[in-house]
Amino acid sequence: MTRKRRRLYILGLFLLGLGTATALTLYGLKDNVAFFRSPTEVIKAAGLPKGDFRLGGLVEIGSIERPPADARSLEVRFRITDIESTVPVVYAGILPDLFREGQGVIANGRLLPDGTFRAREILAKHDENYMPPEVAEALKKSGRWNETMGKGK
Amino acid sequence: MIPEIGHYALVLALAVALVQASLPLIGASRNDASLMEVARSGALAQFGFVALAFACLTQAYIVGDFSVRNVAENSNSAIPFLYKVSGVWGNHEGSMLLWVLILALFGAAVAAFGRNLPPPLRARVLAVQAMTGVAFLAFIVFTSNPFERLNPAPLDGRDLNPLLQDPGLAFHPPFLYLGYVGLSTTFSFAVAALIEGRVDPAWARWVRPWTLGAWATLTLGIALGSWWAYYELGWGGWWFWDPVENASFMPWLVATALLHSAIVAEKRDALKSWTILLAILAFALSLIGTFLVRSGVLTSVHAFAVDPARGSFILVILVLAIGGSLALYAWRAPSLRPGGIFAPVSREGAMVLNNLLLATAAATVFLGTLYPLFLDAVSGAKVSVGPPFFNATFVPLMVPLVVAMVFGPLLAWKRGNLKAATARLWVALAASVIAIVGVLVVYGVSSVLAAFGMALAVWCAGGSLVELAERIRLFRVPPADSLQRLAGLPRSAWGMTIAHFGLGVFIAGAVASSAWQVEKVQIVQPGDKVELAGYTFLFKGAVEERGPNYIARRGTFEVTKDGKPVATLHPAKRFFPVQRTTTTEAAIHTLWIADLYAVIGDPQESQQVGGPALPTDPNAGWAARLYYNPLIPWIWIGTIIMALGGAVSLTDRRHRVGAPVPAQARAAASPAE
Repeated sequence: MTRKRRRLYILGLFLLGLGTATALTLYGLKDNVAFFRSPTEVIKAAGLPKGDFRLGGLVEIGSIERPPADARSLEVRFRITDIESTVPVVYAGILPDLFREGQGVIANGRLLPDGTFRAREILAKHDENYMPPEVAEALKKSGRWNETMGKGK
Repeated sequence: MIPEIGHYALVLALAVALVQASLPLIGASRNDASLMEVARSGALAQFGFVALAFACLTQAYIVGDFSVRNVAENSNSAIPFLYKVSGVWGNHEGSMLLWVLILALFGAAVAAFGRNLPPPLRARVLAVQAMTGVAFLAFIVFTSNPFERLNPAPLDGRDLNPLLQDPGLAFHPPFLYLGYVGLSTTFSFAVAALIEGRVDPAWARWVRPWTLGAWATLTLGIALGSWWAYYELGWGGWWFWDPVENASFMPWLVATALLHSAIVAEKRDALKSWTILLAILAFALSLIGTFLVRSGVLTSVHAFAVDPARGSFILVILVLAIGGSLALYAWRAPSLRPGGIFAPVSREGAMVLNNLLLATAAATVFLGTLYPLFLDAVSGAKVSVGPPFFNATFVPLMVPLVVAMVFGPLLAWKRGNLKAATARLWVALAASVIAIVGVLVVYGVSSVLAAFGMALAVWCAGGSLVELAERIRLFRVPPADSLQRLAGLPRSAWGMTIAHFGLGVFIAGAVASSAWQVEKVQIVQPGDKVELAGYTFLFKGAVEERGPNYIARRGTFEVTKDGKPVATLHPAKRFFPVQRTTTTEAAIHTLWIADLYAVIGDPQESQQVGGPALPTDPNAGWAARLYYNPLIPWIWIGTIIMALGGAVSLTDRRHRVGAPVPAQARAAASPAE
């Protein structure tokens, strides 16, 4: 075994690893990237956006509807807004601790044919003073951003 | 007055670090003993000053000095004592101070325990360590001063983020930082070696304990963080591939690779320049992690404050440290003499494979973590890369790693015999096959992936036991001889067996909990029974409970199996009036082979979300989420075993005795073969 051959082996292994990793990564990224959309982008999109995406904005004040107490259902309906446009959302599950009207949230899921967004997962931020950057940007784009929003209290 | 002393100490520490970063380097190049000696006293003094500053801040937190802005924003008079103390690092400024404290601690440790190091190397290591210190002390002094005063002082503080008021998270940052920042020592050794242009087995031996210590504490720190996520976030999961989790995991992957390649550098004088590169990369990833977490470019609980000045400051440190060290590497590494050669099938070969797979895994995690930032910068599109990506890329890389890692220790240095190794592993192989068949019989053909996952766990744990049995020649020599061999095994051998075994335990936990978790989300009314994986959860209603600084709604589930009581679970939601925030307190009863896990949500009647109010109707329904998590405690047991392996290896005799240049190294100096 000469030094040259050993180097060749290591180089070969390295390239093999690199190739595998690149292939895996490209394959992984192709299917598993979730795009972020604001309500305005959803409404203005030509045709319904297909597949899963993340919808972000503020929970519209007064929009949370829980099922009647005797229905024994977990389905919650509310609307996500960037002030300019609004998308109705339906979610069955336990809402996160910091989910509140008027606060920024991100919903993970897909759009139903009737224009309702079915969320698989709702993310509220960990800190009430914090606005997800995507949501802040969406609000800025719709021209409804005001400086107190990100600061809270 | 005391906060001002703290501030002053911090500035003094910066001044000392500046001296420590410059004079010893000059001393080392001129071989001037007195200048080199500056490094040692400098490192000790720097640590003293930073420790004083840290003590001052801690004092302000304990007595509740709300005239200090940092205390006013992150503490409160009603908060329990533990969280008054952990509040010190539960915010941006304080956590950076902890970062620097640990950095200085490692510098002081090298100064105190590095007596057997050659003076020029020690001087250079401490100087490089001080350069990192200068950067971060300047960062604190200029952008993140924890001692800033408020005038007028508020009567009370705004409380610590309730999510951080938790014992798991109180200790998570110190452990994580011990690991994260501990890699700085390895980095300093690598850069010092590049400056000297010399890497020999003795160098690898000096570096080893620092890498081991950092690796073990990093393992514990990550485990604590994941444990916290498991019971505090209430999602029943333990790892979410969150960018912040990844930020701590990437240095771990590279540190693990480094731990293995350093063995080759020490024993065989090979892979030297690669080992140096890994040492640089491990700390570079720690810095990148600090940047990602501290700059606020990521959305997470760790993003305490978003301030562009801080982000750019850390970015500059990052570019200087990584760019500088890599440039030095590119310039000096070619001058490192290549060491002993080996066949592809050999222990060195196995370590190379280990390194390639770990480095590739770290690269895929890196890509997935930074891809959203990259895409945002290039096209403005906002995306997020979630767990499916990481499961699709990371897991396939780990499978060959675990399969191969069992062979590694059974192969000889230089040239191994794969056939002989396989023959010795027949017990582990048989156990793995039994695991596959067993899982398929019990859970059906649909569990085929889980079956292979469990087989991998058995293979890993079994293989490490086989290796131990081989070492003591169990059943081949009389039992007394085996025992004697067992007692005589070096601690590093024990460490490896324990750590590899721990990985097997971890894999079993990770596979079983993701494959066979049972989840039920539903509305429960008092008196309702929920059946879950053979256990009956009886909901007894919810009551209000007052804590020191919160009001809780606390539910009660009585869990029985076949009519026999198993546990009483009290999941709760805590409302913290000062911050107007709610946290979920999951109730967990561990059976050691599984966890029973309950979370309570909002009462069905209330339209308002959050807040402490109990429903007026005592029979109101509550949203509840119940989990049966099989083998999930093994995840943390496994990681603790792994860290324990690192600690045992750390106590190995050869780390304590002076490390003269071994005969082997001198032999390797003459051209081999």
